[in-house]
Amino acid sequence: MAQEAGAPGRRGAVGLVIVELQLNGRAVRDDVAPQALLLDYLREQHGLTGAKRSCDVQVCGTCTVLVDGLPVSSCCTLVADVHGRDVLTIEGFAELPEFERFERAFVDHAALQCGFCTGGMLLTTKFLLAESRPTTSEEIRRGLSGNLCRCTGYHGIVEAVAELAGVDQ
Amino acid sequence: MSILERPPLEQVGRSVPRRDAHEKLRGAAQFVGDFVVPRMAHGKVLRSPFAHARVLAVDVSEAESLPGVVCVLTGDDLADLDPYWGHAIKDRPIVALDRVRFAGEPVAAVAAEDEATAAAALNAIRVEYEELAIAGTIEQALADDAPMLHDGPLRPGLFHGLGELPPREGNVCYRYRIDRGELQSVFARADLVVEGDYSFPAVYQYAMETHTVVAQVEGEEITVWSTCQHPFLVRAELADLFAVPLANVRMVVPYLGGGFGSKSYTKMEPLTVALARKAGRPVRIQNRVDESMVTTRRHGMHCRMRTAMTNEGNLLAREVDCWFDTGGYADNGPRVTATAGDAAPGPYRWHAYRVDARCVYTNTSPAGSYRAFGATHLQWIGESQIDELARRAGLDPLAVRRENLCRPGDELRSGAKPLDADLVGDVEKAAAAVGWSEPKAANVGRGVSVGLLAAGAHPVSTAIVRLEADGQVVVLVGTTEVGQGPRTVFAQIAAEELGVRVEQVTVRGTDTSFTPYDRSTGASRSTTIAGLAVQRAARQVWVQLEEIAAGDPLDPAAYPQLLRRHFGLAGGELIGSGEVAPTGTGSYAEGPVFWEVCVGAAEVEVDPETGVVRVRRTATVADVGRAINPQLVQRQDEGATLQGLGNALFEEMVFEDGQLLNDTLLDYRVPSFEDLPDEMTCVIVENEDGPGPYGAKGCGEGALAAVPAAVVNALADIGVPMQELPLTPERVWRRIQTLTEEGKWPR
Repeated sequence: MAQEAGAPGRRGAVGLVIVELQLNGRAVRDDVAPQALLLDYLREQHGLTGAKRSCDVQVCGTCTVLVDGLPVSSCCTLVADVHGRDVLTIEGFAELPEFERFERAFVDHAALQCGFCTGGMLLTTKFLLAESRPTTSEEIRRGLSGNLCRCTGYHGIVEAVAELAGVDQ
Repeated sequence: MSILERPPLEQVGRSVPRRDAHEKLRGAAQFVGDFVVPRMAHGKVLRSPFAHARVLAVDVSEAESLPGVVCVLTGDDLADLDPYWGHAIKDRPIVALDRVRFAGEPVAAVAAEDEATAAAALNAIRVEYEELAIAGTIEQALADDAPMLHDGPLRPGLFHGLGELPPREGNVCYRYRIDRGELQSVFARADLVVEGDYSFPAVYQYAMETHTVVAQVEGEEITVWSTCQHPFLVRAELADLFAVPLANVRMVVPYLGGGFGSKSYTKMEPLTVALARKAGRPVRIQNRVDESMVTTRRHGMHCRMRTAMTNEGNLLAREVDCWFDTGGYADNGPRVTATAGDAAPGPYRWHAYRVDARCVYTNTSPAGSYRAFGATHLQWIGESQIDELARRAGLDPLAVRRENLCRPGDELRSGAKPLDADLVGDVEKAAAAVGWSEPKAANVGRGVSVGLLAAGAHPVSTAIVRLEADGQVVVLVGTTEVGQGPRTVFAQIAAEELGVRVEQVTVRGTDTSFTPYDRSTGASRSTTIAGLAVQRAARQVWVQLEEIAAGDPLDPAAYPQLLRRHFGLAGGELIGSGEVAPTGTGSYAEGPVFWEVCVGAAEVEVDPETGVVRVRRTATVADVGRAINPQLVQRQDEGATLQGLGNALFEEMVFEDGQLLNDTLLDYRVPSFEDLPDEMTCVIVENEDGPGPYGAKGCGEGALAAVPAAVVNALADIGVPMQELPLTPERVWRRIQTLTEEGKWPR
């Protein structure tokens, strides 16, 4: 996903590259190892532990963050590849005014249990509602199928997202 | 007080929002992997590539010399300990000593300044192995010339809970038998007998959060932050292993990212503590998914079963032989085997039955608990035989169940608690929810299933309730919040008893330095047992409040004033404690604490061209006595339903010569949104017949046993009886081909 304009411009300290990005609405600039993964960078360098590690192979979706509004598995994305981009984590999403209605829907429908997948689930939901505007329950299921949840059986999440999307169940 | 006299409940029976929702939705909830302990090193584990081998030499000199490596742990570092652990059988060394018994067994561990250095150090360790003959399957392990996995006398662990453990017989580490009635003579007078061989696969629990442990050893003080469901049992095992007093081991358990049994009992804690002990500083070990898969799993099983009935539909007798593949070490295998043995007959009024369940060592990864263990293994087999008998007799499977199911008060096992649920009512509700008597389209079938699970484990729990000077309430209880919702349910119980709002109550996570003892979080026990301890603790506070009020009516809004009057300052607190123990007479003195109901129904459709089974409707029954939070009950059942569909339809760990072939989520598929049935119903039954607070009893596991059985029966209803799970398209398609050749398809 590296693009010409998005490639890290300069070399940082020995063996490191400099990345500049918008992280949860704030400009950040960091020295990172060229092989550093976005997930580790968020968790270790910025203490943003809302994105979780699980499958490591882009199946489970619990490490999901939004990059320029698109859901991305941060466990398989290089930090260097988000140079110049806009990264939103669950912590950043929770600060946005629109988050409140997402939170209310997930609470009302008890659409979470252990909470490990929940951040990724909410970010994918945000993308889904903004970009593909599902009109049926099937579209919601398909749209969220890149995020696994082992606890809830999905039913409550579909209900919550249907309510957010204004879809009749 | 009778139900009629009792004032209506205000907080109990309400679907209050989860108390942990705010933190969890905002990514603020802390899990073990989110903590950073000062000076923490990163641990990684070197795992055996061989399923069975002698370890001749481990050379760590190069690894130890790498910059950034803190230390390397091998068996040589354990000379001052008795290094064997295992809550059921002490059969497992902290790291391999002279032999490895499964591919993935820890052989050494590295602590380093960062993960990359730790990984590089693993590559620098040289191990010399001598491969041994492999018993990779149950058949191989039971063969006359099978390699023996363990020698010497069997050493019972601290918490097997199975009475006197019988001696090991070859690779059979545990055997559980029930023999009731004159089996052979009852079979001899049967009109109809169904028999067959069946197999159930090894399954991965896949808690999305992998096993993660941070350990710190300072002199004789051991502190462990762990993803564990049973902190107090782990504490005891660590104290035993490292020879320190119980109180010197401090277990801290924050939120867990799912458990489902995979984090029950001890897992990665001994190794992490041993590594931290050598490192002299805190160490974290965080498994990858492939590592958690070989840390624990569900038992694969073979079963031979036969069931007898009269032409009129009277069930007579059942005979069950089953063999559980527990892998290289017992883990919870003995308990799984015994629970399976109890579940095997099914809740029918038999004239005779015999069960012989064996737990077998093989050179595969260790198997332990997974939600509804034992019942999930056997219910689909027994229930499919009932359906086959009904078909042969030309009877409605539901009617056969109505006729033969045990009734409340019936004895289920000799010396055990009698049946405490209305199974006939339950199965009729489930059947109705999938349209039992409606006409069926071609290639559509319906099935029901009924079973019981001995639930509750050992009933010991304690709780402390603190009423603070500002009127806020804090509940300390050692139950782990795995996602199932105890922090919400306990808040409701405390709020109910003290007359405060749920929002005023906080239920803390476990820190064994401060939190009182709770045996474990599993076996659907927490609401029933720990919940009762919370209720008793809250009532103690209430009694104190009444004493202080000295006859004045108690107003929860005025608790702060009351405390101020008592203590003479805006401080102090009232503390209540509650205990549940298996003493005296009554519900908690006899086992099991309750029988968890496993009742479900399903409607499925098969595509004969592809073998694909599509689940159209499911129904499960949460027979919970009383639903303290109905929405959480429903969500528990839905989660168990999806896991049941995964177990039934596609989940399977594939081993070849002891090697796990599908150790990523790319190759091991778990249910996704797209596997949701068109319709999923959870019927909540509240007969107030549970031993817990307000007549409650546990839930959340039964559906996982009930759903695969209902799906298998629905498929057989179409004409495709299956004797092997999971019901992959290939397996179903092949079965249809065989049936076609035999002239049995289409039926």
